[in-house]
Formats: sequence, structure tokens, C-alpha cells
Amino acid sequence: MSTLMDVPAGKTKREVIEQAVIRFAGDSGDGMQITGSQFTNTVALYGNDIATFPDYPAEIRAPAGTEPGVSGFQLNFSSAEVHTPGDAIDVLIAMNPAALKVNIADLKANGILIVNSDSFKEGDLRKARLTTNPLEDHSLDKFRVFPVELQRLTRSALQHLGLDAKAMDRCKNFFALGMCYWLYNRSTEPTVRWIDDKFKKKPLLAEANKLAMKAGYSYCEATEAFQISYEIPPAQLSPGSYRNLSGNQALALGFVTAARKSGLRLFLGSYPITPASDILHELSQYKNFDVLTFQAEDEIAAITSSIGASYAGALALTTTSGPGMALKTEALGLAVMTELPLVICDIQRGGPSTGLPTKTEQADLLQAMFGRNSEAPIPVLAPSTPGDCFWIAVEACRIALKYMVPVIILSDGYLANGAEPWRIPKEQEIPEIPVKFATDPEGFMPYKRNPDTLARPWAVPGTKGLEHRIGGLEKQDVSGNINYEPLNHENMVRIRAAKIDAIVQDIPNVLPAGDPEGELLIVSWGSTYGAITQSVKSQRAKGRRIGHLHLRNLNPLPANVGDVLKRYRKILIAELNMGQLRWMLRAKYLVDAAGLNKIQGRPFKQAELDQKIEEMLGL
Amino acid sequence: MTTTALPPLTKKDFQTDQEVRWCPGCGDYAILAAVQAVFPDLGIPRENFVVVSGIGCSSRFPYYMNTFGFHTIHGRAPAVASGIKITHPELEVWVATGDGDALAIGGNHTIHLLRRNVGVKVLLFNNRIYGLTKGQYSPTSEFHKVTKSTPYGSPDRPFNPVSLAIGAEATFVARSVDIFQAHLKDTLKAAAAHQGSAFVEILQNCNIFNDGAWIDLTEKDARSEHVLQLEQGKPLVFGKNRDKGIRRKNDGDIEVVQLGNGVTESDLVVHDAHHPRASYAFLLSHMEHRPGFPTPLGVFRAWDSLPRYEDVINEQVRDIIAKKGAGDLNQLLRAGDTWEVK
Repeated sequence: MSTLMDVPAGKTKREVIEQAVIRFAGDSGDGMQITGSQFTNTVALYGNDIATFPDYPAEIRAPAGTEPGVSGFQLNFSSAEVHTPGDAIDVLIAMNPAALKVNIADLKANGILIVNSDSFKEGDLRKARLTTNPLEDHSLDKFRVFPVELQRLTRSALQHLGLDAKAMDRCKNFFALGMCYWLYNRSTEPTVRWIDDKFKKKPLLAEANKLAMKAGYSYCEATEAFQISYEIPPAQLSPGSYRNLSGNQALALGFVTAARKSGLRLFLGSYPITPASDILHELSQYKNFDVLTFQAEDEIAAITSSIGASYAGALALTTTSGPGMALKTEALGLAVMTELPLVICDIQRGGPSTGLPTKTEQADLLQAMFGRNSEAPIPVLAPSTPGDCFWIAVEACRIALKYMVPVIILSDGYLANGAEPWRIPKEQEIPEIPVKFATDPEGFMPYKRNPDTLARPWAVPGTKGLEHRIGGLEKQDVSGNINYEPLNHENMVRIRAAKIDAIVQDIPNVLPAGDPEGELLIVSWGSTYGAITQSVKSQRAKGRRIGHLHLRNLNPLPANVGDVLKRYRKILIAELNMGQLRWMLRAKYLVDAAGLNKIQGRPFKQAELDQKIEEMLGL
Repeated sequence: MTTTALPPLTKKDFQTDQEVRWCPGCGDYAILAAVQAVFPDLGIPRENFVVVSGIGCSSRFPYYMNTFGFHTIHGRAPAVASGIKITHPELEVWVATGDGDALAIGGNHTIHLLRRNVGVKVLLFNNRIYGLTKGQYSPTSEFHKVTKSTPYGSPDRPFNPVSLAIGAEATFVARSVDIFQAHLKDTLKAAAAHQGSAFVEILQNCNIFNDGAWIDLTEKDARSEHVLQLEQGKPLVFGKNRDKGIRRKNDGDIEVVQLGNGVTESDLVVHDAHHPRASYAFLLSHMEHRPGFPTPLGVFRAWDSLPRYEDVINEQVRDIIAKKGAGDLNQLLRAGDTWEVK
């Protein structure tokens, strides 16, 4: 196979650049997600910093060649630090007219456009609702267009293998991938390894895909189609071992780690839902870590089986997205009432109702905070980046086990599917999570609390002498017996709230990034971290005095948030919702905060943030 | 878990200090007494019993059992019980539920517990009415029944809980009656002996909102005419004078026949609850809806050759650990392609 070593120097110009944004786009059956992931993995292995944005339709196979069926995968890779997948793209690979139509607006002027010219026949244009052929009507004149007969070239490279036409056509994404490897001077080796593993049992298909990739690579070499190739040197990341990790993978690894660190069995009760299902897929592979995965009959059984597992002494979790969260509401109240440890992952998506299943949004914050009957406070945590999902998972388990409470993690579709290089911690770097089960019947009371944490004892069935009853009815403190007395109820409501509030002593204060005081503070949470970090950096480089406060703990909020808010003249809260964190901070701190709110199922672009910041600074 | 020999447990060991708050005369008292009488004799340490319930009158049950107990939320007891049993297969997990809890709001969890064959025992207290909410019709109330929410008669056709359980291919299905203490205890013991899911419908009277719910079966005079006692290996005979029986017809259906005039017990269906297929038990399960047919009581189905869900899922974990070795966290964190930054 071709490797970097084979690239003939001198035939074409090779330019060293800092950063590039590439987007693969095609039908949802064209393998664009695989192509994108492979390219990502290869450049990450090479040492570039990366951020990805997979964007795919909710339909498994929308009608072929139509706009709703377009699936895309965007990657920003760089020799410098990267925080977002990038606003505009340098290279677009469009497998058909629909993919071209949907994505062309994001391609920079003079950007590279590689199109599969075999799919621009009259019928293809009609499916994309195009009246003229963009390859001929001069609408693409401001780009560097490279029409490539992907289908014909792939077929001719594979014709000797004896595959049918359909099977050969399915390899054309690897032809395109091979071209991109040539364009960015990257080795095909990691993908060769991946193909060999993936098609272990189908050597003919492995051969076909490898040949297609090689053909794409050689095509560029032989035809000198591009006349230029690019080199993006490795990024200067902090020392250590790295791997490429998506948010959902990171959550799964975090939970296995927390189970190991607490010495508990891990139990996941889950019902499949986009974009959370990958956590179930991941954890179901880790059974040799004593992981129990239970695909329940519905969202309610998913959480209630987890509550049962927690009652029986497991580290229990449940994973879902907004609609499933709604169904779990009553059971969340039961977990609050019975004071059992439980972690609930809400991988947010566009809503309400079924909404935009595959698109990202941050609109479940108030649901996580308040979406239960009566007074039922629950700690809420939100990861900032795909890699941070690992640490948030460990932290959520720590809080749940230490305080005997359910804990909600608010991730979202963007973090779930997006990937970044993740510095791999050593097992020893991750603190133990001490757990102590009640064993002594002497003086045992199910609601007798630890005076420091207010946690009740965890008394697991099977423990002699600790037989007791718990449930959703109001109970007397200490004894846990059913009790409907007015003052007892008020006392218990206040204790349950005080227990959550007290966690504030156990979480770090937050330091704003950028200026510690000044004109403007941007407050954010969750997956917007990257885009806002990038924007604040570029604004400060222009001399503007801006701070950025990014919250990982949403309930309780870190102790110093109120103080930080006072140090800036203006406050901007940027969220992918109608202003839910703004609502919370205004209520709690009585601050006049403005909002930047985007509800399009898409992450912020840096330009949108820059514009709002400049507007608020009166520029 | 405790393995050393213990002094024998008694009924008293399973009673709590909580005041029992069912209405005076409620059938639930009789069920509680039967369960408290049966548990001590099962040879299981008390701390290994877990009683789980949902919401409704029957679901107060755990508070009155001196075992581990979990009074959960409406309809969800089977799911909570599944989580407990999967995590700790050694525990003896019993669910106390009602016709509304198990068949209306929790119908989904009931059927899925049974089809998975989770080794949980489900006691469904069927009084054909919503008691705790004071008198609305339930999924087992009769068609046209007049209740608070159906002043002109119920338009719903009822579930037959035994048919439903057998339809979900439950491996143990039985029916008993609150006041038939000896029969109820025997049925509970048979359920306890079963390894897989056990489903017991207990016909129960609600003397406040649905008094006489099962009067055709419980009245001394009517009883023998209307009840068919299912006994393993015995022909299906009923009637005051034991002069009627159930016979197979040529088309596979069943009919009621009068014994005598050439018809003898050898012509009747011989009860076989251990049959691997559920079709026979299903045929028995809804005969009472037909004119002239009796209501069967006893064990409809007890086929215990199906592995329990919690064993399958835990064995899978053990097998994979045996095959791959216990997971190494450092290795897992470093899985896939990695690279070093110096």
C-alpha cells in the first residue's frame, strides 16, 4: 500500500499550512460517516488537534439523491489548538448534486470542491431539485472544482475482483478518502488496518476497499490533478498518550472507570434513543468489566430497573435523550425520595416532542433542574468537550455515591458524536471512590444521616439484620417510617434540598478564562465551550477585555459564580436554547444578563459569537 | 449471603411493627397471613427476601412484611424487581401488585418480566376494582359494570390475567382465592419452588367498593359447581357431586360433559401443568367465560426448563470474563489507535 514515503516530492507543490476544514458529504448510504471517521483517526494519530461535527439525517435511508438524505462529516484539523469544527470549509467532497447543493454555501471562496461527476446526470439533478447542472452553469466559478468520475474509476480499479456493480460502487467513498490522504500527505496505513479488522471475515470486501483507496491515492499522484498538496504539522498538545474519543465513548469509559474505582458492579438500564444509544452499545461490549446492560422494554423500565439495581448495591445508570427524560420523570422523583445513588445521562437533542432527533440543542436544562412533581432537587452536571465527558461521568458517580442521590448529566448530540484527541489518564491518576455499605444492625435506621453529607446509609438486601422498607411515600426522618405529619414533611423537603445545596462545598470554584474582570463576561455551559473559547481568544487578541465563565456544575452552581458576575460591566449568556441558564442566573443572582440564543439544531459558529460580542461592546 | 444453619423462622419473624391499614374485612389480610405463613418454611434466610410493590391497596404489602421491602411507583414494580434480581440473583424477590397496577399502568412491565423469565414471583391481587382511588373500574372489571367512573356501565372488555400471563409464555401461572387459605398456601409454595417467573392471580374481595367480587366461587353452596380444582395428573372433574368433567373435542376444543351414560373419567382431559408448550394451559385459562364452564383454580402451568433471565445475563458476564480475562482498565482506556506527545 501507499504510505507517506511513496509521495513523490517535487512533482507537485507541497505547501505547509496551519489548519484545514474538510467536509465529506453524500447520501446517507454513501458511507460518509465512516469516511470522515477514518480521516479523523488518521490525522489525530499523526498528531493534529481535531474537532469533528458529524451531521446526519434522522431517516436511515431517505430517498437516494435527495436533499433530506444528505449526510455530512466535518473535521477541523490543525497544528495549533482547535476548539470547533470550523465555520467555513476549505475542502468539500460532494458525492452527488444534493450533497453539493446542501453544503456549497459553507465552502470558502477558492476552496477545493471534489465532486463525483458520475452522479450529475439528468436524473440525479432532478432528485436534487436542480434545473441546471452546477458543473456547467458557472455557479461554481469561485471554487477550485475537481470533477472526478468516482464511480467509473472505482469500478475499473476493482473489475478483476468479480464483485457486482453495486458492491463495487459501495467502495467509492474509499476512493475519495484515498484522494484526501494524498491531498494532505497522510498515510493510508491506519485505514488499511481498520479495513483489515472490519472485514476480517470478508477478505474480498477488505481487498476491494483497500484497492479503491489506493486507486484514489494513485489517481492524484498520476494525474497531478491538484498540482498542490498540503502538510499540516502535528499540534503541540501537552505531553502524554492520546487517543481519539467521542463524547458517548468517553461517558462509557468514565462509567466503567467509576465502577472500578468504587468497587461496584455497573448496571445500565436503557432504552434505545438517538443520540444516546451509543453509550448502551459501548457498555454492552465491556462485560469483562462486570458490566450488566439491560435493554429495557421502555424508558420507564430503563430507569426503574436501574433504581432496583441501585437498591441492590450496583453503581446504576440510565441513558436517554429528552423524550425519554420526560418519561423518566416520575421515577426520578422516586430516586430523590428513596435517596438512592443513580446517574442519568440526558444526551440532548432538538425538541420538543420527537423534534430533531439527530440535531443538537441545550434545551433540557430547566427540565433537568425542575422537571418533576413537587420539590425534587437533583444535582446537574454538563461536560464541555467530548473528552470532558469522561471526567464528568466519573464526577457524577462520585457525587451520586457520596451523597446517595440521583445525578443528571446533560450532554448533547454535538458532544455525543463529535470527537477530539483525548489525553489518556493512567488508572492511578483517577481518585478512588470510597463506598461503604451499612452492615451493622446495631442502631441501624434507614434514614439516619451522615452528619457531614446528609447521606442516608446504603443498606443492601441480603445484609442480615438490616431488613427495612423504603418507598415513594413521605417518611419520617431517621426511622424511614411512613409519616404524613405537616412539620415532618416540611423538614424532609428542606433536608433533601439542603443535601443538594451542601454539595457546593465539594465542587471547585470556577475561574473565568480570559480577563478576570472587564467589559464583558460570557457565561456558557455544555458543548458551546469550544466555539466560545475560540471566539473569546480572537476577540481578546484584538485587545478587548472579555472573560469567559464556563459552568460544568449547574446544580449546585459553584460558590463563587455570583462574585465573578459582579466583576464585569456586561454579561452575555450564550446557549443553544431560548435562555434557560440566563433564566436561572437572573433568578438566583438578580443580574441583568443578555442572551445569545440559537435554536437551529446546530452549534454556534464563531462568527455569530463575534458579532454578538462586538454588538455588546458597542463596536 | 448467609449460609450457616439458623434457628427456624416463624410467621412472627415476618410481621412488622407497622399498623396494617387495609379496610376491616379486606381480602388482603388473608393474603398477608398466607404469605407470612409460607415464607418461614422456604428455607431462605429472612434477609434474602425482597418484597417489591407498585401503587394501590395491594402495594402496601411490603410495609407489613419484615423483609427488605420497596414500595415503588405505579406499575413499575416488575421493572424495579428485575433490576434487583439481575444485580443479585440469590435474592428471593416477590412482587405484590393489583389488577390496575399490573395490568393497566404496568401492563408492559408485567408481560416483559414474564417473557424474559426473570426469577421473580408476582402476586396479582385481583379485586376487579380500583380501591385506593375509591371505586373506578379496572382492567379486570366485567363488561357493563357500573362503577363511579362508569355510571352507565363499563364499555371495556376485561383482561383475563391468567390468559395474559400464559400468552406472554410465563413458565409458572396459577390462580387461587384469598379466603381459601390452604389452597392459597399450597399455591404460594408451588410458586416459591419454581425457579423462573411465577405469576399467581389471587382472587380477592374488596368489601368496600366491590363486595362479592368473586361470590360465585366463594359462596359455600355455589363453590363446587363453579370451581374446577386443577390437580397434576388428575382428570378435570367438577360439580357438587363430582359428576361433570372437561373433555377434548375432535377439533381440539374442549367441552363440558356429564359423567355417566357411558362417559367416564377416562374420557376426560388429564391435567398436565408441566407441558412444555403453553397452548394447553391457555385453553384452560379462559373457559369460565363460556356458559356452563367452571373457573379453574390451581396451577395452570409449571414448566421450569427455561433458564432464568438473571442467570443468562450473569453467565454471559462470567463467560466473557473467562474468555477475555477480567477487564484491565489501563488497557481499556488505551484501546484502539493511540499516539504519544512528548
